[in-house]
Amino acid sequence: MRWLALIVVLLATPVWAVEPGEMLDDPVLEDRARALSQGLRCPVCRNESIDESNATLAKELRIVLRERLVAGDSDREALDYMVARYGEFVLLQPDTRGANLILWLAAPALLIVALGVGWTTIRRKRATPETLTEAEQAELDKIMRS
Amino acid sequence: MLPRFALRYVWCMLVELGHFALILAFGVAIVQMIVPMIGAHRGHAGWMALADPAATTQFLLTAFSFAALTWAFVTSDFSLQLVYQNSHTDKPMIYKITGVWGNHEGSMLLWVLILTLFGASAAWFGGNLPTRLKARVLAVQSSIAVAFFVFILFTSNPFLRLSVPPLNGRDLNPLLQDPGLAFHPPFLYLGYVGLSMAFSFAVAALIEGRVDAAWGRWVRPWTLAAWMFLTVGIALGSWWAYYELGWGGFWFWDPVENASFMPWLIAAALLHSAIVVEKREALKSWTILLAILAFGFSLLGAFIVRSGVLTSVHAFANDPERGMLILLILAFYLGGALTLFAMRAGAMDAKGVFSTVSRESALILNNILLAVSCFVVFIGTIWPLVAEIMFDRTLSVGPPFFDAAFTPFMVALAVVLPLGSIIAWKRGNFDRAGKALGAWLILAVACAGLAYAVQSGNSALGPIGLALGIWVVGGALSDLWMRSGRDGWRERLRRMGRLPRADWGKAVAHMGMGVTIFGVAALLAWEREDIRVADIGDRWSVGQFAFQLDDVQRLQGPNYVTTMADISVWRGEEQVTSLRPEKRFYPVAGMPTTEAAISNGVLRDLYVVIGDPQTNGGWAVRVYIKPFANWIWGGAILMALGGCISLSDRRLRVGAAAPKKMPKAVPAE
Repeated sequence: MRWLALIVVLLATPVWAVEPGEMLDDPVLEDRARALSQGLRCPVCRNESIDESNATLAKELRIVLRERLVAGDSDREALDYMVARYGEFVLLQPDTRGANLILWLAAPALLIVALGVGWTTIRRKRATPETLTEAEQAELDKIMRS
Repeated sequence: MLPRFALRYVWCMLVELGHFALILAFGVAIVQMIVPMIGAHRGHAGWMALADPAATTQFLLTAFSFAALTWAFVTSDFSLQLVYQNSHTDKPMIYKITGVWGNHEGSMLLWVLILTLFGASAAWFGGNLPTRLKARVLAVQSSIAVAFFVFILFTSNPFLRLSVPPLNGRDLNPLLQDPGLAFHPPFLYLGYVGLSMAFSFAVAALIEGRVDAAWGRWVRPWTLAAWMFLTVGIALGSWWAYYELGWGGFWFWDPVENASFMPWLIAAALLHSAIVVEKREALKSWTILLAILAFGFSLLGAFIVRSGVLTSVHAFANDPERGMLILLILAFYLGGALTLFAMRAGAMDAKGVFSTVSRESALILNNILLAVSCFVVFIGTIWPLVAEIMFDRTLSVGPPFFDAAFTPFMVALAVVLPLGSIIAWKRGNFDRAGKALGAWLILAVACAGLAYAVQSGNSALGPIGLALGIWVVGGALSDLWMRSGRDGWRERLRRMGRLPRADWGKAVAHMGMGVTIFGVAALLAWEREDIRVADIGDRWSVGQFAFQLDDVQRLQGPNYVTTMADISVWRGEEQVTSLRPEKRFYPVAGMPTTEAAISNGVLRDLYVVIGDPQTNGGWAVRVYIKPFANWIWGGAILMALGGCISLSDRRLRVGAAAPKKMPKAVPAE
């Protein structure tokens, strides 16, 4: 099943995710670059970050990202730069602007509703007096008599 | 005995016979869908009795059809379009066979085969079901089969011939020529399709208008079996991704993965709520709803995978027929069942009364957490589609979103689990649970503190994972211990061994959950990575290990060429192991693959990948030390094993008499 996802990617080119030649000498900058590139989607792949992707475009983006960091961009600026060039599609973590609020808030909202419903269910259960149905009462009587 | 030429003729005709059997099975399914249903409605015993032989016949016909297709693959009959596109004479036999389901048409045939197998199993082992309920269950099950027979015969027929058979095939995708992936789909399908039984039971109960403890007991083994298979299937897929994709990722929150994860979460919720129905006759309508949703998510998964709609909206537009048909099936079954639910669920009066602190309440919380976490996965999976269609925004929802939004639910679940699994039914209190779990809580927190102090960096992920793991595993042990009475420890241990299998299954599955949580957290938090260019003879150290690139050679495999490196691993002056990562190229498919070399260990995996030769000499080499990686799948295996143990409990065994009615039938185990 997963292979469907990967054919496209692996067919592209036989190169290799992060390559030694791309990496920055400054370990702090390189760590930042790795962290950022894990949150950026490779535009021509299926659901892969540029950090994991083998595609040529991903390699170019990794290099561009590192150039921005070397030039002194903050993390925010580097991401904005990528979004300006490739659209919000490249962000693997969608922002919280506009309609995306639904995405972020739907689950917490549902959780609150569900907890509310669950709580009332439990309360109601507690309030219900424990009565027997007619059939059960008859059966109980039978047992008691025997 | 047929003359020789006629026999050969039959062999050639086998594919056509398989095709014909499939059409016949479709016919039988239509009959089985209608006649027993009417029989159950009008009380005609003969009409209802038709369901059993029909289910068996349907299964045998489908099995014959599947066997015929397998035969075509085994004999490399390239006059069949599907075989031509997905096989090759040079392929190892095992992958010729697994190639049957390594493609769309064949996998749909496997899907239907399993669907009819479950129907037939219900007929074979459902001897203790009331006649009416059984007839209805089998009719509903068959109606699902009808839909998928239509799907196969009209949009995805595997039996299409080519007028001019080519000399050789186009080979199966090399990624599929791997044991992990070869057996991943059958397990997943057993899980997906197994949930159809829960669905059929739910719909039959809604038609009947009656859900009682017995219903809970009947529906649970099917759900448990399906959930077990899903667990194994998901674990196999994740394990495959880990060793095959070359960077050791094990979960990507890919839509295709999520498609299998959503039914798993709902099935887990259903398992637990069905216990409440069985033991306390509460949560009935909610359990019915979960049973419907579980299979609904299975169908949704099929739709996501088969239509490719989430890969890109355009993929869907290119081949809309299949996607539309699955969408119709999904809409019809889910819509129909939910409408029925809306009409009938109110009639299901709940009986059980329980106080705020009770097992029932804890299981309600379990269900809320599982259901809402499934919703997180659901909305994250479909959001790119919704955003594109409704808000005209092309965006991605990737791992960072799921990690942030999904993880809290699992943490909450793990925190609540040991408490909830210990407090008593109906009216419980925290005293007993507190006494049993206090020591574990202290141990968990202490270990987390120690881990935090020892580790480099200040991520809380590893310590939290460790604490949760200890807490959950310890809770499961305490649960067993508390059931063993109040005598001396020798007597208690003896009694623990004789506890019902269901208790052991529960404890083992819960421990598995703890182990997986710890494995995931530990791997993510404490992994080490090293990427470099190495010349032959170079030695470098990562963590406490030293790696040395000894040799790189080119070799010829059965249907590929490979570049294989020899890397020895040292710890001090002592050689730990030697690893041979490969880069393979499959000429027929024109595809390269990475074969990582992994040295598996209980405490760590050493994971080595060889890359391309560099222009200025040397090879790109990537080395990972992955702590506790195997615990992730080990935990999944424990979960499945727990399900297995629980399934073997007398009380749940399909066909075993209900113990309440026949106390003599239960031997003192």
